[in-house]
Amino acid sequence: MRYLPLTPGDRKDMLAVIGADSIDDLFQDIDPSVRLEGLVDLPTAKGELEVERALKSLASRNVAAGDVPFFVGGGAYRHHIPATVDHLIQRSEFLTAYTPYQPEISQGTLQSLFEFQSQVAMLTGMEVANASMYDGSTACGEAVLMAHRLTRRKKAVLCGNLHPQYQDVVKTISQFNDTQVEVGPISVGAESTILDKVDDQTSCVVIQNPDFFGRAQDLSKIADAVHDKGALLIVVVTEIVSLGLMKSPGSMGADIVVGEGQSLGVGLNFGGPYLGLFATRQKFVRQMPGRVCGETIDSTGKRGFVLTLSTREQHIRREKATSNICTNSGLCCLAFTIHMTLLGETGLKRLAKLNHQKAGRLADALAELDGVDLLTPVFFNEFTLRLPKPAATIVDQLAGENILGGLPASRLFGANPQTDNLLIVTATETNTDQDIANFARAMKETLS
Amino acid sequence: MMNSSGRPTHPVSVNGEDPSETFSGNRGLAQKEDLIFEIGQRETTGVDLPAPEDQPSRLGDLERTDEIGLVGLSEPETVRHYVRLSQKNYSIDTGLYPLGSCTMKHNPRLNEKMARLPGFADIHPLQPQSTVQGALELIDQLGHWLKELTGMPAVAMSPKAGAHGELCGLMAIRAALEAKGDGRKIVLVPESAHGTNPATAAQCGYQVQDIAATDDGRIDLADLKSKLNENVAAVMLTNPNTCGLYERDIQAICEATHAAGAYVYCDGANFNAIMGKVRPGDVGVDAMHLNLHKTFSTPHGGGGPGAGPVVFSEAVAPYAPRPFVVQEGSTFRLVEDDADAPDAMGRLTAFHGQMGMFVRALTYAMSHGADGLRQVSEDAVLSANYILASLQDLFSVPFAGPCMHEVLFDDTFLKDSGVTTLDFAKAMIDEGYHPMTVYFPLVVHGAMLVEPTESESKASVDQFITVMRSLASDAKSGNNDRFVGAPRLAPTTRLDETMAARKPVLRWVPPAGNGDAPAQAAE
Repeated sequence: MRYLPLTPGDRKDMLAVIGADSIDDLFQDIDPSVRLEGLVDLPTAKGELEVERALKSLASRNVAAGDVPFFVGGGAYRHHIPATVDHLIQRSEFLTAYTPYQPEISQGTLQSLFEFQSQVAMLTGMEVANASMYDGSTACGEAVLMAHRLTRRKKAVLCGNLHPQYQDVVKTISQFNDTQVEVGPISVGAESTILDKVDDQTSCVVIQNPDFFGRAQDLSKIADAVHDKGALLIVVVTEIVSLGLMKSPGSMGADIVVGEGQSLGVGLNFGGPYLGLFATRQKFVRQMPGRVCGETIDSTGKRGFVLTLSTREQHIRREKATSNICTNSGLCCLAFTIHMTLLGETGLKRLAKLNHQKAGRLADALAELDGVDLLTPVFFNEFTLRLPKPAATIVDQLAGENILGGLPASRLFGANPQTDNLLIVTATETNTDQDIANFARAMKETLS
Repeated sequence: MMNSSGRPTHPVSVNGEDPSETFSGNRGLAQKEDLIFEIGQRETTGVDLPAPEDQPSRLGDLERTDEIGLVGLSEPETVRHYVRLSQKNYSIDTGLYPLGSCTMKHNPRLNEKMARLPGFADIHPLQPQSTVQGALELIDQLGHWLKELTGMPAVAMSPKAGAHGELCGLMAIRAALEAKGDGRKIVLVPESAHGTNPATAAQCGYQVQDIAATDDGRIDLADLKSKLNENVAAVMLTNPNTCGLYERDIQAICEATHAAGAYVYCDGANFNAIMGKVRPGDVGVDAMHLNLHKTFSTPHGGGGPGAGPVVFSEAVAPYAPRPFVVQEGSTFRLVEDDADAPDAMGRLTAFHGQMGMFVRALTYAMSHGADGLRQVSEDAVLSANYILASLQDLFSVPFAGPCMHEVLFDDTFLKDSGVTTLDFAKAMIDEGYHPMTVYFPLVVHGAMLVEPTESESKASVDQFITVMRSLASDAKSGNNDRFVGAPRLAPTTRLDETMAARKPVLRWVPPAGNGDAPAQAAE
């Protein structure tokens, strides 16, 4: 087997040193009644060539986004990733290192984390950020738990326009954590009224911006109202590129900002691995979940970086930890920070503007079709249309013509007459004008 | 001392100064590297994008007018920055990485190549299911491997890491109990458990009670039985346990737990030791996560991303979370809706799990096959026992072997030497090794947990043994020089972790006087 260096001779010699007659002697603690004698019922070893053939055959049965006009978003966005990003994250020293528990031989990972945390804090307009969580949805769940700890209250109020799967994650966590969740109404293209649900037991209000339907809004007034009730405002950003063009959540009064960082550096990957962004105020840092990297000095006074504030974490605090999380999304976070470094302020702002323009052009092309209404005129790169027919049917028909034409709201809201005809459409810098024209033409034909 | 050409073999003073101090701050190949914020510029970008056209904005006064404060680097500067940083990291590809409980095995590059096929890497989680049939089949296939290897009938693929898998397992157990109207409140956890276990139980709304250990490093069955009652929801154990030992009483533990109406959660972090040797389903486990980044070789990436699918017994399976894949004729379908899976305990994450890790893990599993995976476990256990046999005369072994895939030492052998476990670990860095796991598990003093994995050749393990023996002898001889103040040869000397925690500096801020420094509140 190509991955196993020990030869039969080595194994014999090693057993002799141990003083064992056979390898089975080393497994003697397993009760004979359950010890396996033969092989489990699975195929036996294969060479690279055969494995590659099998995997390629599976891959070929998927329609890759890059091969067709592609307009799907809903919390995962297709952007161009510079070739440098994937090359650098495959450096052995990044790819095959563990968590930086021994900082003296992990400065590469640690410095890049410190740079990452700085970029995320700047981008979100917050004071501090952690070294990432699993993804945006789990970061959202952790933010709610953090708000409960900070306020010593137990109720979260979620905006009805928060990504439905994020809502689902928060509800699941709360159900097992014996805390409460209330959800505002779905309100496409308008503000979801949630302030009436905020009371003196409410720890936080969770609002996505731009929301799940693409609508962007100013959160300043809501932030004031939430703060007046002694609660915290958690802002969720699923398309982080939007912050290249839009006001930061921090500047609008957010207390915790969580986001999905997949847009930069990571790629679609059928939903994972991604990376959760988590930023907050300095004064809340000791209740922040997850890994965090900090600056220090070595014994000669030189600057260096270490994982820090570990007294919040499970390996020290066990059942009293802020979270059970034991890892971050290290390599994805490296991809994010490399992509961000390549873009810089100038590149990010330009990228965001391009996204906004492409989406604007697409919205104009689609909204002029008969029976199609644009419900979210204030958007970044994603918007919602009401179609004259169920959107899922239209999307399936478009897929038949090799166009991945948006996300039917029914995929996430289930059967719901309020959302059946809604189509959520996204454009990014990867869409050509030709893609947009083809999509509009196909949509027109499908609707007629 | 001079070499054969008459040149000094040790650094000597040049004009009374340390010659390792350089003008540049670089030391030969070891390059000093500043932060991007110190080398980049606001106007620089390493990405060429078309200039945006003049088009009315739809965002109005939601557009930002401020400077974010980011800097950019050109492509050559970016490449150099990250290559220099990478060179300050130790990795498996650099050398033996005996970090117990973490399973630092070789990461095959075929896995990376397969995960990057556009048919896997460039598909959207919410595109129509008819356009991702190959992806759904892959998830189903990997699930089949995991179920067969563990002897368990069901699997939840979505958990994103080991700790996330623990949460998934305990939530499903709680849902299974609550479905019977049973509101038990306690989870029993051995003292040797990973910190994630009690943290998970707490996050799942449970109180944690410790189970005592026996003198041979295993769960004390009598103590367990005395604590089992109608208020215990689950026993949460690790097998092989964190001392690197197989729980001999596992069947009796599971029987007693079930008899008390509770369930058994097994932390599968150490499943890599028993593949093809015993199946957790056959001993009575109800739920167990598998760390694809340990047992199935997906890269650790400097701390993630991992993946932690959970296998379930019949009794708990109906409560496993959404989404999951079902096969209907020749079609694969994702069950995502509450209405479609009324018993499911909810959803742990957006989308469907760590697809990129699934591709790598299936590639690894198919490459090894049933025979190769068994050999993996045998070689891992063989190497650990070989290290145990080769070091036991100089090191102190708290629990008699044989061990499984990792061997535990304590610091008794360092008594009166003035050298601590931490000093010993840092001296290993100077010898070119990543240290083993230290101070875990908590059940022995000054723990050193060594896991060589199956990826090391005999020559590599022999060299490691030689170095470990030399260090131990040196420490015992009273010669502390190489331990106190180690590491001396790493990119930095020992870092002040206390200072970092007392006055946390968690981000870069522009030097004072720059005018555009973001306000940073004092804590």
